[in-house]
Amino acid sequence: MSVLTPPRSAQPGAPSGRNAGAGSGARENFSAWANRHRKWLFAAPAMIFVGVLIIFPLAWTLYLSLTDSQGSVRAASDFVGLQNYLTVLADAERFWPAVGRTLTFTGVALVCEVVLGMCIALLLWRPFRGEKWVRVAILLPLVATPVAVGMMWRLIFDPNIGFANQLLGMIGIPPQPWLSGQDTALGTTIFMDVWQWTPMVVLILLAGLTSLSEEPDEAARMDGANSFQRFFYITLPLMMPTVIVAILLRGIDALKTFDILYATKGKGGGSFHEVETLNVYAYGLSFDYNQYGLSSAVLILFFMIIVGSMWLLTMRKKAVSK
Amino acid sequence: MTVQTDPQTVTAARPAPAGRRKPLANRAYKVFRVVALIAVVLFLIAPLIWMLLASFKTNVDIYDTGKALLFTPTAENYANVLQRNNYFIFIFNSFWVAFVSTVLSLVLGVPAAYAMSRFTMHRSALVVLMARVIPGVSLLVPWYYVFSNLRMVGGFEVLILSHMFVALPLIVYIMMSYFDSMPLELEESAQVDGLTPIGAFRRITLPLSIGGIATAAILSFIFSWNNFMFALVLSGSKTKTLPVAIFDFVSYASIDWGGLMAAATVVTIPIMIIALFTQKYIVSGMTAGATKG
Repeated sequence: MSVLTPPRSAQPGAPSGRNAGAGSGARENFSAWANRHRKWLFAAPAMIFVGVLIIFPLAWTLYLSLTDSQGSVRAASDFVGLQNYLTVLADAERFWPAVGRTLTFTGVALVCEVVLGMCIALLLWRPFRGEKWVRVAILLPLVATPVAVGMMWRLIFDPNIGFANQLLGMIGIPPQPWLSGQDTALGTTIFMDVWQWTPMVVLILLAGLTSLSEEPDEAARMDGANSFQRFFYITLPLMMPTVIVAILLRGIDALKTFDILYATKGKGGGSFHEVETLNVYAYGLSFDYNQYGLSSAVLILFFMIIVGSMWLLTMRKKAVSK
Repeated sequence: MTVQTDPQTVTAARPAPAGRRKPLANRAYKVFRVVALIAVVLFLIAPLIWMLLASFKTNVDIYDTGKALLFTPTAENYANVLQRNNYFIFIFNSFWVAFVSTVLSLVLGVPAAYAMSRFTMHRSALVVLMARVIPGVSLLVPWYYVFSNLRMVGGFEVLILSHMFVALPLIVYIMMSYFDSMPLELEESAQVDGLTPIGAFRRITLPLSIGGIATAAILSFIFSWNNFMFALVLSGSKTKTLPVAIFDFVSYASIDWGGLMAAATVVTIPIMIIALFTQKYIVSGMTAGATKG
């Protein structure tokens, strides 16, 4: 019986109910063709758009990294093989410190954001009065424009007139150089990143917490486990997949941080390159010095670092999910 | 009878679960929680309030630490930002680029996310999501070269294209997890009733996913509004967006702090107002796919 009444979509070219009266033959055929190929008809435009804007530039970056291209004098650029990579990898003055800063910035910021984020998410977990206001407060840093946020902190951390040092003065701590100090600048920018992005980790972890089932927690409570035991032995293990998603999402962006570094310290990450991460370094090489060949090599290495860390995390996530 | 028993059961039911078990520890935690939450809120809001206060101070007052909270407010900085520096044009530029790039990304992204979700095209989805992982600078060099040869740098088209590049992966990511959680049955029954698959998508799925589309659109608008690096390289004097325009207040010699804070406030206020009215969409977008594990 079912053979006699197949769904209409399965009959190529069959007149659909709505178009039966009005449609011309050509239109019927196009509509049927479109329906049959809707999978790619829907997906292809977006993929082509992204593909053209990614694959061609990436290929070109790869090519540039093998030349000594210097921008405007591009005609004179020669193929130099792996020379740029050797130069970059031997560069202990700018490249390796930048790698170190990128990893320090990302690592420290991520640890602070996840630990703080987990604490705040636990505070918010059970309903309470004024919940709405706390949620608003959490949302504000998240949507604030990063460049404006950088400028805001620049005033607060100003050594002479900044609020941060006034606050320290109230509790008797001598003024700190914050952003202008060679040793303190990176830490201060990490603090800004923590201020702006901990809320995102909170939102993700809170979503994870609310979707946990109550039963394991209840069972542990029956067995007499206290709140710390219940958190470390029940909630935290169950939350691990969500924690790793938060680390992945946040980590990708933290590695690529540019806005607040450029807004607070300007070109080259400050006069002593004290906050120059790989992204800032590559940007400077490209757009301040036109060293396209060299910067492309840096970018390829940077890209490999990002993909490598993401891959490691995804592996870890799969292991945890099992 | 009922009048007497009712208040009893109510009073008995309320304090029992919280009150009887370890009352002291519970109360201590409650106090701790209130204090901790106030600290969190202060930590997140105080810097923004400081920025807002400074934007109403004269530069003399900003340098006078004695006038941290008590000062005579002035609108001079805002007048300076909005009139002399013609911020209305930058506001329009930011708005236009964010709006057009969001609309175009939705047109490309929503059907793509639908197909990728329905036909589980995970590899294809990965291609689009790659755009989130690649550092923007590595794309900017070739883009800049090509677009400046095409004499397009400084025009709106390039800015919109580059911002679409940020928005599209975001939209695909959010909409995929939205479509994943949507039941197939409605669409199937619509097809049984005589709609074509595309017709079912257009007349059933799309209207039902307005919530998801709103989420994706708002987040994409915010990200485009806040984007800095692409606009820094690709915008011209006529297409400068707000985050780039802020730097007009920073020079090597000195910083016009009052003007800078007013400019920073002008950039953040519109996006915060949008965020306040669309809270639940932003939260659901930021947490899309996070709980699937």
